[in-house]
Amino acid sequence: MEQKIRVLIAKPGLDGHDRGALVIAQALRDHGMEVIYTGLRQSAAQIAQAAIQEDVDVVGLSSLSGGHKALFPKVVEELKNKNAEDIPVIGGGVIPEDDVAYLEEQGVKKIFTSGTPTTEIAEYISELVRGEHV
Amino acid sequence: MGENFNQSKEQWQQKMKKTQERFPERKETFVNKSDLEIDPLYLPKHESQHEDYMEKLGFPGQFPYTRGIQPGMYRSRFWTMRQYAGFGSAKETNQRFRYLLDQGQTGLSVAFDLPTQIGYDSDDPMAEGEVGKVGVAIDSLEDMETLLNGIPLDQVSTSMTINAPASVLLCMYIAVAEKQGVPKEKITGTIQNDILKEYIARGTYIYPPKPSMRLITNIFEYCAKEVPKFNTISISGYHIREAGSTAVQEVAFTLANGMAYVDAAIESGLKVDEFAPRLAFFFNAHNNFFEEAAKFRAARRIWARLMKEKYGAENEKSLRLRFHTQTGGSTLTAQQPDNNIVRVALQALSAVMGGTQSLHTNSRDEALALPTEESARIALRTQQIIAHESGVADTVDPLAGSYYVEEMTDQVEKEVLKYIDRIEEMGGAVQAVEDGYMQREIHQAAYEAQKKIESKEDIIVGLNEFQVEEELHADLLKVDEQLEKGQVKQLHEIRDKRDQTVVDEKLSALKQAAKDHKTNVMPFILDAVKAYATVGEICNVLRDEFGEYTGA
Repeated sequence: MEQKIRVLIAKPGLDGHDRGALVIAQALRDHGMEVIYTGLRQSAAQIAQAAIQEDVDVVGLSSLSGGHKALFPKVVEELKNKNAEDIPVIGGGVIPEDDVAYLEEQGVKKIFTSGTPTTEIAEYISELVRGEHV
Repeated sequence: MGENFNQSKEQWQQKMKKTQERFPERKETFVNKSDLEIDPLYLPKHESQHEDYMEKLGFPGQFPYTRGIQPGMYRSRFWTMRQYAGFGSAKETNQRFRYLLDQGQTGLSVAFDLPTQIGYDSDDPMAEGEVGKVGVAIDSLEDMETLLNGIPLDQVSTSMTINAPASVLLCMYIAVAEKQGVPKEKITGTIQNDILKEYIARGTYIYPPKPSMRLITNIFEYCAKEVPKFNTISISGYHIREAGSTAVQEVAFTLANGMAYVDAAIESGLKVDEFAPRLAFFFNAHNNFFEEAAKFRAARRIWARLMKEKYGAENEKSLRLRFHTQTGGSTLTAQQPDNNIVRVALQALSAVMGGTQSLHTNSRDEALALPTEESARIALRTQQIIAHESGVADTVDPLAGSYYVEEMTDQVEKEVLKYIDRIEEMGGAVQAVEDGYMQREIHQAAYEAQKKIESKEDIIVGLNEFQVEEELHADLLKVDEQLEKGQVKQLHEIRDKRDQTVVDEKLSALKQAAKDHKTNVMPFILDAVKAYATVGEICNVLRDEFGEYTGA
């Protein structure tokens, strides 16, 4: 049997809004993935460490506090420092369209903004990891 | 029973008269556009209805307060229009405050950035990237002086959304007031100070539940004697709802939390009527208009009965559930953001029909960023239109007697009481929070709501139906990325300037006070604040003593 896709959902920084992160975690589970949720207030180093330890296929970051421009690229950087740049990082939250290009330049694979259906995110992850549709 | 009705009516009339002496009605006579006169209150006409009326509704300003906590509600004064604001530096936020006051806003509401809310200074490694983002950064008393510069604290009431470090920020507020020559007995406002909902839904906790509850009761006790006009807590359903709860869960979990605070205060030796009059509440208003209006009415009735019957409160003020409302942030869409103005108007209307004491209306762009000045103005104008143009404030509780609304009020009450019983069986709200019970209930409701949107069982205009191709970036407020550096520099300057020996002395006195659970830490925090000890330094002293909470 094919192994399940493993996803780390993480909340970097101090933001406490975890409704989106929790809903997406559950939706991805319902799509047959293994999801690990870090809980609140994780540093970039802790997130990268968890990603490696849990041997995940993708890291999903959530931030609604406006700190994404500082916080998301740091996670990408920490993964690189730990020779794990092959783990793709995606993100979501309250993120103005204007910041999306910047984050992608910084190595974040994809940003999902408010209102994205969870199925769309699940399909994206599936394609990203396996190159196939759910 | 008919006697009871007539007696209460007389009491209500007398109370109306008395209130009007202090706060005259807004107009000599209220008439609509057809020149028909509007009474302050409409009542059931038939005597057969009176018994039921007295049991469930009563007169406004009278037990069980279903129709409102004042006899004349908005006939004399509108609700307080209180827009939550704060971003970047204290100086910028001070300018926004002055702008809002100039525009006719009647109270202030301070948003703090996350490092302040979690008790970190701006130069703490944990604060990186978050300084000044979701609110104003406050490190020392100096920032608070800048924030409130030129604002007369004897005239303006201020609400502060601060929880785990509420004691510190309240002490800073007291210290600034004293510098303005305003004694602490005269200041008015509210600190949120509701830690239980932080564990449940909002996330800005620091210490574990037990010492957190002690800090809260310390504040109750201190303020009862020293700061009698300040609301010592704003027990909040807002964030519970934003995290995905239903309206029933919002009221149930909020009131269950309220009971936990009352229990803790009584256990610490306070009498219920000493602190209960200063308890305030904070609710959300979402789109289902009648459900929301019924929710507010039910919440008032349940709380009044709980306080009277369970806690034996005798002071009328202890029975009255006073609340602030904010419209629902999570109902706003990033798509076609101007539609949000209409959502906010509907939500605000439900809060007014539900008898709110103060109101924040969200701005159309809040699904994307903090509001621009223009968006913030439209949000305030929305309240002003409801107040001055719609006429809904001209009579008390205009929805009373509607078969639908009364039935909905009863049903909300019934379901809320079921939850409250369940939580009591678990050992109360603190225990339920520690077990993660409320968190799980909310999460389940949030997931169900999301599924309904994705299956289009629920239509959200512009999001899953009636979409248009659009660019989503418009004019958004951007917080200056350089701000963090400036704030850190200022913090270092104040650390150089202040008398470090005094700071050390005050912090070590606080440490000693914290060790003894019978000592009230408030006077010690006030001393430290006045010596320009920072939020981070004070919270770190308490972290060392109390430990940190890491999740259920």
